[in-house]
Amino acid sequence: MLQGYFKSILFIVFFFTGATSFYAQIEVCETCSFTSIKKAVAEARSGDTIHLKKGTYRENKIIIDKPLYLKGYDYPVIDGLNKADIINVFADSVRISGIKLINVGSSYTEDYAAIRVSKAKNFILEDLILEKIFFGIYLEKASDGIVRNNKILGDAVSEHNSGNGIQLWYSKRIIIKENLIQKVRDGIYLEFADHCVIEDNISKDNLRYGLHFMFSNDDAYAQNIFENNGAGVAVMFSKRIKMRANHFRYNWGTASYGLLLKEINDAEIVENIFEENTTGINIEGSNRVNYLKNTFKNNGWAVKVRGACYENKFLENNFLYNSFDVSYNSKLNNNLFLNNYWSSYTGYDLDEDGFGDVPYRPVKLFSYIVNRTPETIILMRSLFVDIIDFSEKVSPVFTPDNLVDKAPLMRKK
Amino acid sequence: MIEIKNIHKKFGKNKVLKGIDLEIPDEGIFAVLGPNGSGKTTLIKSILGMVVPDQGEIYVQGKKTHANGLYRKNIDYLPQIANFPGNLGVKELLGMIKDLRGGNAQADHLIKLFHLEPFLDKKLSNLSGGTKQKVNIVLTFMFDSPLIILDEPTTGLDPIALLHLKELIQREKEKGKTILVTSHIMSFVEEISDEIVFILEGKIYFKGNIHQLREKTQQTDFEHAIAHLLKKNHA
Amino acid sequence: MLKILKYSFFDLIRSRWSYVYLLFYLLLSFVLLFLNQDLSKAVITLMNVIIILVPLIGTIFGVMYYYNSKEFTELLLAQPVKRSSIFLGQYLGVALSLVMSLVLGLGIPFVLYGLFQSSAIWNFSLLLITGAMLTFIFTALAFNIALYNENKIKGFSYAILLWLFLAVIYDGLFLMSLIVFETYPLDKFTLIATTFNPIDLSRILILLKLDIAALLGYTGAVFQKFFGTNLGLFAALSTLMIWVILPVLNIARKAKKKDF
Repeated sequence: MLQGYFKSILFIVFFFTGATSFYAQIEVCETCSFTSIKKAVAEARSGDTIHLKKGTYRENKIIIDKPLYLKGYDYPVIDGLNKADIINVFADSVRISGIKLINVGSSYTEDYAAIRVSKAKNFILEDLILEKIFFGIYLEKASDGIVRNNKILGDAVSEHNSGNGIQLWYSKRIIIKENLIQKVRDGIYLEFADHCVIEDNISKDNLRYGLHFMFSNDDAYAQNIFENNGAGVAVMFSKRIKMRANHFRYNWGTASYGLLLKEINDAEIVENIFEENTTGINIEGSNRVNYLKNTFKNNGWAVKVRGACYENKFLENNFLYNSFDVSYNSKLNNNLFLNNYWSSYTGYDLDEDGFGDVPYRPVKLFSYIVNRTPETIILMRSLFVDIIDFSEKVSPVFTPDNLVDKAPLMRKK
Repeated sequence: MIEIKNIHKKFGKNKVLKGIDLEIPDEGIFAVLGPNGSGKTTLIKSILGMVVPDQGEIYVQGKKTHANGLYRKNIDYLPQIANFPGNLGVKELLGMIKDLRGGNAQADHLIKLFHLEPFLDKKLSNLSGGTKQKVNIVLTFMFDSPLIILDEPTTGLDPIALLHLKELIQREKEKGKTILVTSHIMSFVEEISDEIVFILEGKIYFKGNIHQLREKTQQTDFEHAIAHLLKKNHA
Repeated sequence: MLKILKYSFFDLIRSRWSYVYLLFYLLLSFVLLFLNQDLSKAVITLMNVIIILVPLIGTIFGVMYYYNSKEFTELLLAQPVKRSSIFLGQYLGVALSLVMSLVLGLGIPFVLYGLFQSSAIWNFSLLLITGAMLTFIFTALAFNIALYNENKIKGFSYAILLWLFLAVIYDGLFLMSLIVFETYPLDKFTLIATTFNPIDLSRILILLKLDIAALLGYTGAVFQKFFGTNLGLFAALSTLMIWVILPVLNIARKAKKKDF
């Protein structure tokens, strides 16, 4: 206790009297006194900065067990030789930046990662380039860290022998910002990760999900772009997730969607754009979710509701040119649709208050039939289907009676 | 020239020809007579291969007729009703038929004869019935085939045109052609035909020349002779 | 036959109706392209129009031309021309003039809007090919109907009924049977059922090419596997060809036996 106290006083003294003279500046390069990162780390004292110069370092299992700043210049390359984790961080306050890490090596039994952070706090991982990886950045029981402005470029071909770009497991208060993640299994995967913020990332061309939540609560993600992922973005078994201003697009395939919600409660989905996805949002067993001001454009299904979903609200969204706006597989409806703009709305607004005078029924009979017998989809865009849709619109028999937008917007928001 | 052997034809339940045997000689004008619905046109269409007989055979110049036959190259046919594609011009129609049949066609003197020059560029749908019939006649006589079949050629013609038509027929006869005519106009038949055949209800009731007909019926007047034939059969 | 074809064709392209048809397509394409500049979206909308309208127009035109050209036919029958040549020539004349209106009416606006620089060119070509095929099919069916029916009114009614059946009723029955037998595996059935209707076959062929296949789910995957390959495309186009050939053969057969 006393020693710890003494240490921190020392720290403050050192800091104010000019840290450079007290903390060693360790350089690593081919002609420097250190040519190996491992040795430099072993020799370094807490708080030191290791300056990694341009060059290629063939090392793995670099264990950082004290607070260090590992700083690369002109993107030095650490080649992991396809064997194990490249860097393991076990200490708090570690910062790693400006390095390119390649050749992590895949395994069926171990989740090898370019950088693994275990049980550590206050770390910063930034400006890194990760290539030929299995897992990219793996955070386990870590907290209060920042993962920023990294490029994670995988070359995954099949799901079972590829890893995730950024994986969080039992981690808290992590900020993931401005990263580019491509061609891995899941771009960003959160399992038991709470209070995290994910912003301004681009996650695309991934085999499975661009972003994947499991059992994670109170997280927020905003302004991300999720594009052309195998299945889109999945949020499962999680509570109080805030999703705002993200762009879900071109997730196109038989089992693809922009966003998959499964067992999600009390979430906010605001101002997102869903464009050209097979299914914009696929919702299963999700309650009390508010969908506000989102735009659904040119999707196959804009919103597909399956299973029991209660007390969800769809307000002021734009539904533009989707093959099906809303699909329901039950006759019951406990969700509210109000003041949305529907491009296929044909009603009028005589009192000119901006809201249509005739309610809009977003569920077509054909989408109901397709839910019952999926094979019937083969009749899509045939004249017969248009005719039955029209007659159902005129006098609804099969679709939920109260599933209407009573005051649809006349102009899109 | 034309040999017809035991021709039968029915349309639905209606038996139109009930076993007709007929031989038409190589030269001369041969008239087919009979009341409406007696089967004259059906017989002619059978010769042309437009109607396919249920039974029996027809030989034209020794060759068996066939619906697809090219033997029609040797036949000039004047249909009963002058129906032409309405949006064609007269000139185009003449050109088209010439094109389709190939061979030589002399239309100019016929056009002059029937004073058709002012109509050459008019559409057929805008022509009167008589003018159409004149075009019809031109179409038929502009070729030089050994067999000419005329189905009611006088329909709608003015007296001058009728005169010209008779002259034309005589001229063709002098060339040694076979000419087969049907007509309601008895005086016309009497004037031009060498031999007549009388058909009633699908059967032949008389065949021979006008002289023989008069003898048979004991009537001096041709029209009365025909009427007599009809009465006798209905009695 | 070529001579007859020539006369029928020129007769038709001079007629008012060909111009109306051509103008309709010109107008349709220009409006579509004006309203939405995206070529591939316009192709989808056009598909809806083509699979319904082309068969209808082909049927009506075919029947109408047959009855209206009766005089012409009779004139030709007395000439030394083969009967099958007369009817096949007329049929081809009608079909080709309709196809020409279709290709020009849709083609000109799309070319002006930069079709050749667009990736939609293949989809568009497929659209035109199926449109042309449907024209050939339905004109041939119309000629069949007209050959069997001397009565104009009857002929027209049957022609409309045929169109109604293939464009609407067939799909209704198809849908019903899919729902009734939903517990059975149905992908083979759907595959076969579509080949028996040229309209459905064309629609699915275009849909698959237009990247809507993903919406079609598992059944779509089966279709994609079948029609998505070059072999499948070939098979589908061959099936459409059979739809052309059979009625045409029957025209020739029936024409030989018919009395005039």
